[in-house]
Amino acid sequence: MLIDTSTVGLIQVEEDTKILPPNVIITTLDKIINWGRLSSIWPTTFGLACCAIEMMAVGAAHYDFDRFGIIFRGSPRQSDCIIVAGTVTKKMAPVVRRVYDQIPEPKYVVAMGSCACTGGIFRTYNTVQGCDTFLPVDVYVPGCPPRPETLLEGMMKLQEKMRKEKARWSPWR
Amino acid sequence: MAVVLIRMAPLIKGLEPTDIAEKIKEKFPEEVVEVTNFRDQTSVIVKKDRNIDICRYLHDDPLFNFDHLQDLCGVDYHGKKEPRFEVVYNLYSIKYRHRIRVRAQVPENDPNIRTVTSIWTGANWHERECFDMFGIIFKGHPDLRRILLPEDWEGHPLRKDYPLKGPEPEKDWPGFTDVLKRSKELKEFEWAG
Amino acid sequence: MELVEKIFETRELNVNMGPQHPATHGVLRLVLDIDGETIVRVTPYIGYLHRGIEKLGENLSYFQALPLTDRMDYVSAMSNNIGYVNAVERLVDIEAPERAKFIRTMVGEMSRISNHLLWLATHALDIGAMTVFLYCFREREWILELFEKICGARLTVTYPRIGGVRNDVSQEFLDSLYRFTEEFPSRILEYETLIDQNRIWLKRTKGIGVISAEEAINWGLTGPTLRGSGVPYDIRKHMPYDAYDKVDFEVPIGTEGDTYDRYRCRMMELRQSNNIIRQCIEKLPIGPVMAEAPAFTLQPKDMMMPITHPMKEHAYFILEKACKGCGMCMRACPAKAIFGEKKQPHKIKQELCLGCATCYVTCKFKALTIVPKGKGLSDEKLAESAVAPDQVPEEIKKAQEYLVRHFELVKRGPRVPQGELYVATEVPKGELGFYFVSDGSGKPYRMRVRAPSFVHAGVLPRLCVGHLVADVIANIGTIDIVLGECDR
Repeated sequence: MLIDTSTVGLIQVEEDTKILPPNVIITTLDKIINWGRLSSIWPTTFGLACCAIEMMAVGAAHYDFDRFGIIFRGSPRQSDCIIVAGTVTKKMAPVVRRVYDQIPEPKYVVAMGSCACTGGIFRTYNTVQGCDTFLPVDVYVPGCPPRPETLLEGMMKLQEKMRKEKARWSPWR
Repeated sequence: MAVVLIRMAPLIKGLEPTDIAEKIKEKFPEEVVEVTNFRDQTSVIVKKDRNIDICRYLHDDPLFNFDHLQDLCGVDYHGKKEPRFEVVYNLYSIKYRHRIRVRAQVPENDPNIRTVTSIWTGANWHERECFDMFGIIFKGHPDLRRILLPEDWEGHPLRKDYPLKGPEPEKDWPGFTDVLKRSKELKEFEWAG
Repeated sequence: MELVEKIFETRELNVNMGPQHPATHGVLRLVLDIDGETIVRVTPYIGYLHRGIEKLGENLSYFQALPLTDRMDYVSAMSNNIGYVNAVERLVDIEAPERAKFIRTMVGEMSRISNHLLWLATHALDIGAMTVFLYCFREREWILELFEKICGARLTVTYPRIGGVRNDVSQEFLDSLYRFTEEFPSRILEYETLIDQNRIWLKRTKGIGVISAEEAINWGLTGPTLRGSGVPYDIRKHMPYDAYDKVDFEVPIGTEGDTYDRYRCRMMELRQSNNIIRQCIEKLPIGPVMAEAPAFTLQPKDMMMPITHPMKEHAYFILEKACKGCGMCMRACPAKAIFGEKKQPHKIKQELCLGCATCYVTCKFKALTIVPKGKGLSDEKLAESAVAPDQVPEEIKKAQEYLVRHFELVKRGPRVPQGELYVATEVPKGELGFYFVSDGSGKPYRMRVRAPSFVHAGVLPRLCVGHLVADVIANIGTIDIVLGECDR
């Protein structure tokens, strides 16, 4: 039996979302999938240098990462984001790229710290001047090292970015 | 509890650095080039040929007992003096608390020097780093290959004629240029939305 | 029995513990050759974090190379700074005032506590005790908050400076630090209750990674890694620096030389550090915090504040009569606020001017002057009241001299005498040595860093042979390496 939507009392909660009280929600697939993805970002542990210590401090009890749904996974195959924390050297660059390639789609990259953004204070023969020379970066979190609150702000910006995505789940891109 | 808290004895003085330098000069008169002194630290500059004999004498002799090799490094005096390189041994005795520095001169056209890993095993990695950064070859070393830079890197960075910013992008390390090429090829699969 | 072994012919397995692994010690790569579960050979590969700090140090002045030392052993940044600063002070033969020495000892011991806490957190986490990680980070947050109170930065502090420390400590800081030292022993008891007599911990750490005293000295080990084997070598007692000869403390020495003894050494060092901090607070003398040696130290910045604060009322002006039109100030200006033709007097655009005084320092013809209370005035009014740089009011002239001296010192470096020096200090991980070769200019000719982690990473093959794969993790934890220092 089909419901005629003009007669039934649909309430518009926000753009693209309507509720038929008490428990039927009509919305776009984009919204639901993006909401699911941003509430449970699972990064790979990729701490390279000093920023890794601040990343560990964010994961500890004082500035908790887990309340945002962010749990650090050991294997890149089980994660959907990589936080490059620290200086990337030329010897390490193939390894970073390899780990990034192993992450299944959809994947995101957060460059944490000045060294990952632009090479930092090290303008030398073995330092890559920014990991965006070989990785597509979504969010840059500057600082040397960035405070834990800064990293949390960076993750929230990533969540904003994910919220606005359109049809990243679909095979038609 | 297996750990003991001890109150260590107050400052005991071993031999004076200048006395140690004198004794080395007596034992090896042809090897010693110069003895310098700066801020109470004495260096003995020697030729490279019998460096292992001098080090063994300093290690085994019960008067000195230099059992702790604090540091082994290289210095490049390009343009300042000949011979160009020096291998510097900083030695310390835990028992007698005295120290000495031995500097062995290594010329540029023949950058070989004998290894001291048979006396101090800890010198192994220090010498590998010296080879990596300066190109000084240690004869008799069990495993002389690059340690800090990739094994197929060209050039020795801490030499004075090596640029700080590294080689030009075209002549860079092939491992890195491969990564850049690969990321360019895979760019079409990235999310553009 | 023989038949079974003939059918199952086994080979050695070659396993790579790659640079990226969850045991959070950084980018260390180990290639293990294992026979079943027993290790036959371990080959460590380092260099994945080699940033060229030694070469960079040769191109920067002594002041500019100080922040580089923070980033080597990033877990205990204060100790690295103290090591570097002690070496440079011995090189130029100046001495920090008493108050600065006590403050440096205090923050050095705070950073030792913070290092051992992080060591315990990661070591226990790798072995499996996850609660200790959260407990230790709770204390570490307290210490990092105290660091922030003293100098504004949590991790990479650059607080000890050549000739003293950057700024004085406040009474509020000393009170909160004292409260910390009162509460900390009960927290150490908490950690010990969790793991000290735990059967699993004892099984995983007793008898693992045993090394005898002579072998340890021969391999070049230092710090708690060496003291666990029974060798009484602590640089704070052998060659005292800062205020270590004025405080009373003991050094824990182990007997067996295994992982458990090294763990006990570090736990007792936590208590001793607590004691040292208490004594430093009680004995802190009154006085300046920076040595009186204007040729080698950077003086406090509040002398320069009358001019360099951009909100202040002073303006920079180019005197037309004196300006030769060489263009040096135009090239040096970071805000591109100066314009003019070659050989014609240049002009400053006041709206773009930042007040950084780079042009003042670069001008050799005394054409650049300051007009006090000149901000916002038009060019004609400035031209009326501008005087030559020598006739500007006294306090502004003095402040300007400080500014110029500061600029020259940082850019060109202090005039260090020619010579060479090796100075070692006791950082939480072992012996950090700095070997400087100076050729008389303001930049080190050779800056060599003897990092304890480099030597300790080399002893891994010796410690792991004959043990099981899981003991490799315990061994990496016990030698306490951090790759930033190891690779430099």
